[in-house]
Amino acid sequence: MNIDLNSIWFSLVGVLFAGYAILDGFDLGVGALHLFTRTDEERRILINSIGPVWDGNEVWLVTGGGALFAAFPMVYATAFSGFYLAMMFLLFALIFRAVAIEFRSKQPHKWWRQMWDISFSISSMVSGLLIGVALGNIARGIPLDAQFEYGGGFFNLLNPYAVIVGLTTVALFMMHGAIYLVLKTEGALHERIRGWVNNAIILFVIFYIATTMATLLYIPHMMEYIKSHPILFVVAFLNMLAIANIPREIHLRYDRRAFLSSCASILALLTLFGIGMYPYMIYSLPNPEHSLTIYNAASSQKTLQIMLIIAAMGMPLALTYTIAIYRIFRGKVKLEPTSY
Amino acid sequence: MDLLLLSRLQFALTIAFHYIFPPLSIGLGIILVIMEGTYLKTGNPLYQQMTRFWVKIFGLIFAIGVASGIVMEFQFGTNWSTYSRYVGDVFGSALAAEGIFAFFLESGFLAILLFGWNRVSPKWHFFSTIMVALGAHFSAIWIIVANSWQQTPAGYHIVGEGLSARAEIVDFWQLVFNPSTIDRLTHTYMGAWQAGAFFVLSVSAFYLLKKKYQDFAKASIKIALIIAVFASLMQLVTGHSSASTLADTQPAKLAAFEAHYPESAPAPLYLFGWVDEDNETVILGPKIPGFLSYLVHGDASKPVTGLRAFSPDKRPPVNVVFQSYHAMVAIGMGLIAIALIGLFFWWRKILFETRWYLWALVLSVLGPQLGNQLGWLSAEVGRQPYIVYNLLLTADGLSKTVTAGEVITSLILFGIIYIFLFALFIYLLNEKIQHGPSEEDLIIKGHRA
Ligand code: HDD
Ligand code: HEM
Ligand code: HEM
Repeated sequence: MNIDLNSIWFSLVGVLFAGYAILDGFDLGVGALHLFTRTDEERRILINSIGPVWDGNEVWLVTGGGALFAAFPMVYATAFSGFYLAMMFLLFALIFRAVAIEFRSKQPHKWWRQMWDISFSISSMVSGLLIGVALGNIARGIPLDAQFEYGGGFFNLLNPYAVIVGLTTVALFMMHGAIYLVLKTEGALHERIRGWVNNAIILFVIFYIATTMATLLYIPHMMEYIKSHPILFVVAFLNMLAIANIPREIHLRYDRRAFLSSCASILALLTLFGIGMYPYMIYSLPNPEHSLTIYNAASSQKTLQIMLIIAAMGMPLALTYTIAIYRIFRGKVKLEPTSY
Repeated sequence: MDLLLLSRLQFALTIAFHYIFPPLSIGLGIILVIMEGTYLKTGNPLYQQMTRFWVKIFGLIFAIGVASGIVMEFQFGTNWSTYSRYVGDVFGSALAAEGIFAFFLESGFLAILLFGWNRVSPKWHFFSTIMVALGAHFSAIWIIVANSWQQTPAGYHIVGEGLSARAEIVDFWQLVFNPSTIDRLTHTYMGAWQAGAFFVLSVSAFYLLKKKYQDFAKASIKIALIIAVFASLMQLVTGHSSASTLADTQPAKLAAFEAHYPESAPAPLYLFGWVDEDNETVILGPKIPGFLSYLVHGDASKPVTGLRAFSPDKRPPVNVVFQSYHAMVAIGMGLIAIALIGLFFWWRKILFETRWYLWALVLSVLGPQLGNQLGWLSAEVGRQPYIVYNLLLTADGLSKTVTAGEVITSLILFGIIYIFLFALFIYLLNEKIQHGPSEEDLIIKGHRA
């Protein structure tokens, strides 16, 4: 692999989206599990487990989107306009999630809280699903014309492969969210959530196997780069290891380690995805010559350089705040007067 | 309806909705810093009560600002993809810098501001408040840089032709400090401070009229009034500076603001009026002859470029921007008057007793909100028909693959969702205001031992 600015930005954008998947992944997962709790207090505990951090988590998406716009404007333009309705639904889901968290506990009425509980949960699942479907389509390839414009319409995006990837993403986030909740809860709720983790792992592994099989069978171009660089099978192996490690740690009650394993498996999955795509960013099917790559989709070298300086100054700061906030709010959730 | 009109409507709707909230966060942010700082300095629990009350309101405003902001971030790509390809090289970095420098800061420390009262020491809490206020101010910088660049492009060259033409950076600092950045940044900051200050004035005056929480209300009014006076006066200064820059950078826009048609002639200033665009005249408009020339050049007899210097298809819609611009300026003058009267009454020690004035304050919250919306309307519609001034037409910036039907769908959904959200926002805001500051906050609690 020759390291040029384009490849660096390919990985940096990847890092931002991986940060998003790891961080917002657990709070989307908590949302997806929300309706499995029973009492109002339990639901408040779930919401407050992510209360101080969800907005910061979402900033990874915002910054990832901004970085994509800056470094690979062609990809930003083609993907977002091509997936128009899907993007709009994602935006609506993110809006409802944000306001549901904010509004839910502001009124005591039962109907009020139920309304927001349902919107929180559904919008969390829909967000995960749509993100997965988008990834699935990008991996599988979408029809692009010579101007790199998408010509497939909305329903083509709902092909079986993309839907499997979407469901896998939801399952992954649910597993990740459940493990996060194990860390944040105590007492009877905590014991119940332990049970959920096991079910979530099983669900995820089933979908994961399905996705892997489908990729091997139907998406040959994803495998080319990996096949030609066999050392990369190590990543795949580490990924398996991280996933297999989760139930073990949960069983041994090393909850933090289980959570870290889950983070590691998300990271490994996205690394595999990135390596599989490289150097493509959007694969064009049936005309691979119209694909967007890290070269024909990129900004000028000068912009990539300037952005690298911006990133080198900004990312350490951003990481510092993120770590500080997680440290300040570590430990089990306690409901306080200022809680949601 | 055609795609262009629908996409413009959707952008206008979503950004106008977003822009209800950021000015309030920026302005309230500053006020929170002053309140909490006063509390730490004096130990007077009244200021703790004030900080805690306004922090709760801040949280509500912020949440909707965030939810509506994400839409903006993605909309360049979804609806204006040709424009995104064209400007990505110069413009994307500003957007990315906003995320990296501003949003991380803001969202991270907001958590401490809202939920960290018992988890960090009072000093750290105060530090977080400062960081949130700073973050809010930073988020304005980069987005205004991006917007100013498309109003007055600088530091770029054009590469490629036809469909694949795009702007590329040559000089980053010229891009950042393009001719209109500083004027517009200071002008929007002052607009935001006005929004925050008059909001606090309005709620506090309401309490005084209802004879509730009087100490709280009086102390809040004093802080907010000082900011209101300062920001309102500075708004005139920065606005004037913007207008003079326009004479050089965007003459068609300035001419439309004042409906100045002659190709090049000394220009009057209309106090108000109605533009008859067919006959190229202003009906019923009292005017001050030569005053625009005077404001722009310091000399009433110097010529100002007028609309006839531009072919009709390169002119913005004149009456719309004339009206919105004049309304903004009128609101600006009105707010200056309200702020100065308040200062005068304070000095005469009748500020808290003059009921008509308190009612004026209650209503004044609308002033900066309208001013901010009308200001952007003038600035953005005044840039038409270009999306990037003199370089790219709005009609050419659209997404080619998106259909009118898709945009109608999203536009209607945005309309419904935003009305619903706005109604909920007002309802919850009203609840919080009715509920008032909490008496418990007057007791000084032991912070984390
Ligand atoms: C960095 C870019 C940027 C920023 C910071 C803003 N805008 Fe803008 N605006 C655009 C970039 C833009 C645009 C993408 O360039 C649009 C879309 C269509 C057009 O002509 O320009 C636009 C159009 C547009 C229109 C419709 C004009 C028309 O189509 O005739 C309105 C009313 C506004 N904007 C209002 C605002 C408000 C209230 C803002 C305050 C937050 C704002 N804009 C900030
Ligand atoms: C089209 C232009 C704009 C885009 C793309 C945009 C994007 C965004 C995004 C993505 C967020 C949410 C960040 C988070 O998750 O924490 C946000 C919030 C915010 N934006 Fe905007 N924004 C735009 C215009 C503006 C303008 C013109 C200003 C100020 C002058 C502004 C100031 C803020 C502030 C202060 C916040 C924090 C939330 C709040 O205070 O309401 N934005 N914006
Ligand atoms: C007091 C007299 C005022 C004058 C002379 C004035 C002047 C101007 C001018 C010339 C512009 C266009 C700048 C451009 O397109 O580059 C502008 C835009 C704007 N104005 Fe004002 N303004 C005044 C008051 C206000 C008030 C009271 C507010 C709100 C509280 C406000 C908010 C805005 C906003 C948000 C914009 C768009 C951003 C920008 O272009 O700077 N203005 N104003």
